[in-house]
Amino acid sequence: MAKGIWVFAEQKEGELRKVARELLYNCRKFADQMGEEVAAVILGEGISGLAQAVADYGVDKVYVADDSRLKDYTTDAYVAVLADLIKANQPAAIFFGNTGIGKDLAPRLAERVGSGLMTDCTAVEIQDGNFVFTRPIYAGKAFTKVTCPEARPVMVTMRPNVLGAGDPAGSKNPETVKVDVQLDSSSLRQLVKEVVKKASGRVELTEADIIVSGGRGMKGPENFKILEELADVLGAAVGASRAAVDAGWRPHDDQVGQTGKTVSPTLYIACGISGAIQHLAGMGSSKFIVAINKDPEANIFNVADYGIVDDLFKVVPLLTEEFKKALAE
Amino acid sequence: MNIVVCVKQTFDTEAKIALTSDGKIDSTGVNLIMNPYDEFAVEEALRIKEKVGGEVTLVSLGSKQTVDTIRQGLAMGADKAVLINDPAMEGADSHGVAAALAAAIKQLNPDLILCGWVAIDDGASQVAGRVAEILDLPWVNVVTKIEIADNKVVAHREAEGQTEVIEVALPAVITAQKGLNEPRYPSLKGIMQAKKKELKELTLADIGLDAASVGAQASQVKILSYSLPEARKAGKKLEGDPADTAKELVRLLREEAKVI
Ligand SMILES: Cc1cc2nc3c(=O)[nH]c(=O)nc-3n(C[C@H](O)[C@H](O)[C@H](O)COP(=O)(O)OP(=O)(O)OC[C@H]3O[C@@H](n4cnc5c(N)ncnc54)[C@H](O)[C@@H]3O)c2cc1C
Repeated sequence: MAKGIWVFAEQKEGELRKVARELLYNCRKFADQMGEEVAAVILGEGISGLAQAVADYGVDKVYVADDSRLKDYTTDAYVAVLADLIKANQPAAIFFGNTGIGKDLAPRLAERVGSGLMTDCTAVEIQDGNFVFTRPIYAGKAFTKVTCPEARPVMVTMRPNVLGAGDPAGSKNPETVKVDVQLDSSSLRQLVKEVVKKASGRVELTEADIIVSGGRGMKGPENFKILEELADVLGAAVGASRAAVDAGWRPHDDQVGQTGKTVSPTLYIACGISGAIQHLAGMGSSKFIVAINKDPEANIFNVADYGIVDDLFKVVPLLTEEFKKALAE
Repeated sequence: MNIVVCVKQTFDTEAKIALTSDGKIDSTGVNLIMNPYDEFAVEEALRIKEKVGGEVTLVSLGSKQTVDTIRQGLAMGADKAVLINDPAMEGADSHGVAAALAAAIKQLNPDLILCGWVAIDDGASQVAGRVAEILDLPWVNVVTKIEIADNKVVAHREAEGQTEVIEVALPAVITAQKGLNEPRYPSLKGIMQAKKKELKELTLADIGLDAASVGAQASQVKILSYSLPEARKAGKKLEGDPADTAKELVRLLREEAKVI
């Protein structure tokens, strides 16, 4: 019988990702409700120290696969290690973050172990001992509830930021299992030639709690400086509408919307963005929306909790100063 | 180079979503388009073909209506197409869809398979990965640049905060992300020619599968219900002297919304 709820405790450069903390925190609760155990699974190189960080979340078991071949993420290596672990231990469910790695890994793994996968979920319920997940479709223009009643493990990628996390439940002194990594080198087909880091050092859009976004109203790439300054004060990420991206003012991966990133921050500040349906699709689930637009008829005001009808070039620098003052208090 | 591109027909991005009286997604009056990410995949296939020669085959799973989307790809310049059209696939999950596509692709024996990284309707982003797994091929997901040489692909994969440059041997599965290219519009000549290009329709039996293994009844993921998000209401609009409105906004965010 399949047993245990697993969390793929994704790490980046030896640090647990925020979404991994969210999953550990929430899966402990789900497991208590279901009378299950929680196990964390950590893959990487030189990451054995993370066992303590996950232990703090009250997990019962930690699987650690520490191997030089797991240093850089590759689909083949990660899928192989996880598939072996799953076959040997038969968990009931596995939670992943819907991150670059989660999205890459989970579909192939689900296919290999022959199970059902529900991606980019935004809510979890337990009904009759089964997980029921909510996932946005049409980029958030609708939602669907899904479940995987039979196949095990139930596999899911959860969108970062939606479950939230509290303080770790406290260490349980979990059993630590060192995973014997068996990788046949001929099965590792992806050669990572280079990893180019982005310079900004800002939080990722999909994980950000606050996003400052600019559209065509920014008038040019140089003007995004005023948004960056606002973002620096707030510790925010900077996003963009497709119009700003297509104009070449911002990189493609900054785009928010139906064909860009779907984001769920607490606060989304839209500057010079009209609020086209495709843009709203990507940010409509933000908890609070602020719009700064000089056109009082702009669509964005129909969804904004707070709007300032004015020239953003006047408002944004003033706003930055006001936030600075407020946060210094 | 023998290239296969998977294309899916989706709702227009302009579409407003409504539910039918029995709680399903209502498709009446909705314009159907090629999934925008698949357009990048088709464009890239055409560019590779223009450089090194070969053939581009579109593969889709859908209904009679899907022919419009396939014709669009053919009008852009793809050479031929395969449509898996079998009513048993209605309601299949990502595994079923991937298994059907993989079986059709296998018959074509491609050197390279291109897909969009996600479809903007179900947003599942599973099918390409599952196809790669079923066909036991390497894949690179969410790609913004492709270089092909010596039977190898070097692909730039977009990951959070970084770009990974990954090399895999052909045949391989690559999924397209925005930024890969600018898809072309079909020319009038292309549209005329598309009508004469080969479009093969296949049933599950033609690709050696049956409904019991890939159709709706085999689906492991069950859809329980659909719903619409609560409509957002317009909130407070602030007008007047910008120094005052900026101050007021920060006050509201602190005291009312309590987010700062
Ligand atoms: C297939 C498809 C997919 C798409 N996907 C996306 C997507 O993922 N994301 C996305 O964003 N869009 C997407 N779009 C595009 C979308 O339809 C809109 O064109 C786009 O969102 C508009 O961007 P914008 O609001 O920045 O520009 P505009 O619509 O041009 O709006 C600019 C706004 O700035 C305001 N403004 C100008 N100057 C100032 C100033 N000085 N101060 C204050 N306000 C000012 C104007 O009043 C206006 O409201 C997609 C379109 C298609 C067809």
